[in-house]
Amino acid sequence: MARMTLRICVALVLTAALLLGGLGAPAIAQASFDREATGGATTLEDILARQEGLKVDQSFRRDAVGDPDSAAPITGQLGTLGGASDPDLWRALRFGSADVTVASRSPAADVIIQDSGMTWLSFREGPLLEYGGYLLLAMLALLALFYLLRGRIRIDGGWTGQTVLRFTSLERFGHWLMAGSFIVLGLTGLMMLFGRVALIPLFGKDIYAPIMGAGKWVHNNVAWAFMLGLAMVTVMWVAHNIPNRQDLVWLAKGGGLFSKGVHPPARKFNAGQKIIFWLVVLLGVSISLSGLSLLFPFEMPMFAKTFDILNATGLPQLLGLGELPATMTPHQEMQFAQGWHAIVAFVFIAVILAHIYIGSVGMEGAFDAMGSGQVDVQWAKEHHSLWYEDVTGQDAHHRAPAE
Amino acid sequence: MKSMYLAFLASALIAVAAHFGLDYAGFSTRDVTSGPDVRLD
Repeated sequence: MARMTLRICVALVLTAALLLGGLGAPAIAQASFDREATGGATTLEDILARQEGLKVDQSFRRDAVGDPDSAAPITGQLGTLGGASDPDLWRALRFGSADVTVASRSPAADVIIQDSGMTWLSFREGPLLEYGGYLLLAMLALLALFYLLRGRIRIDGGWTGQTVLRFTSLERFGHWLMAGSFIVLGLTGLMMLFGRVALIPLFGKDIYAPIMGAGKWVHNNVAWAFMLGLAMVTVMWVAHNIPNRQDLVWLAKGGGLFSKGVHPPARKFNAGQKIIFWLVVLLGVSISLSGLSLLFPFEMPMFAKTFDILNATGLPQLLGLGELPATMTPHQEMQFAQGWHAIVAFVFIAVILAHIYIGSVGMEGAFDAMGSGQVDVQWAKEHHSLWYEDVTGQDAHHRAPAE
Repeated sequence: MKSMYLAFLASALIAVAAHFGLDYAGFSTRDVTSGPDVRLD
């Protein structure tokens, strides 16, 4: 479990690097060119550099927006000559410095031109789907392989018929509020992402459109149940998930997952469950923040600020990503929010697939903990011996008589 | 299993409440991105 989680963490970091590499500014800076031959306009070197994906210094265009104060006086010959030409105006619109007034009240309506849409779209339809899909398939394959090699983890001592309360009804309610909404969000999210490449070719647009219209409504609104469940679970279980010395023993023995008859001691949550818990909190908060940013478009920009802080730490530069973009248009903020939301979702789904496996078909007696809340005494002794001793006051190594 | 079914029911109720609540609070796309001058209703 720990190795699996480590792999997931590495995948998270690598995927984040891919996103930043895909959407962030290229690290290689372009040398400044002599623009005398073009009168200060774009040169062949600029075009070639752009085609090679190198960073082009756009200041020669960005700053060439004219100067209204230098306009010829209205009393001059041939009437007025504006201080800014049409190309100057278009450049100002293109780089977002034009003084624009629009009738729409949308926060980003005054951004007339932004050019990062294609970068985002090609990332969304390319590496995001490809690597995200591979991650989920790899996790399913890993779990299938584990099942083939290890089989179902049985209760070594057998069922006793005696049970002990593992989770209260409130704990189970919080868990299922989060889990049920997560499954709905995961399915509708994947349907949105893979719609054009997988579902539309299969069902056609006429069937896909109304389904996803409903799916989008469900995704947007069930998200609140997920966030409430996440908050409940975090508050109820955080104290039980503080790492301790026994976790090292548990991890050293692989949690007993890979060999029969091995049951390292654990309290209410073992080290594997603690890793899952903290991943759920971390990924859950991250996906909730980016989700809120998407739910309230342009109202909660967070990436420019985050990148600014990251740049100050020197971490992106250390990883070879260069300076991350610390200023961006409102639309770029949304594009980053969508990309990050999907990346976190893929990692989250992969982690939860492993959790669902071990909590259902992977381990005998495990589902009861979240089903009825009552687990078999022998199961409790084998998998959470220290917790069993805490709640019952009895020795976990004493075999309970079968009924 | 009662807790699980109750949680699923609560998820559905929260979703419906969120939809109407946000709409009532003025967070609908119509309210956020347009003014009364450009609406047909």
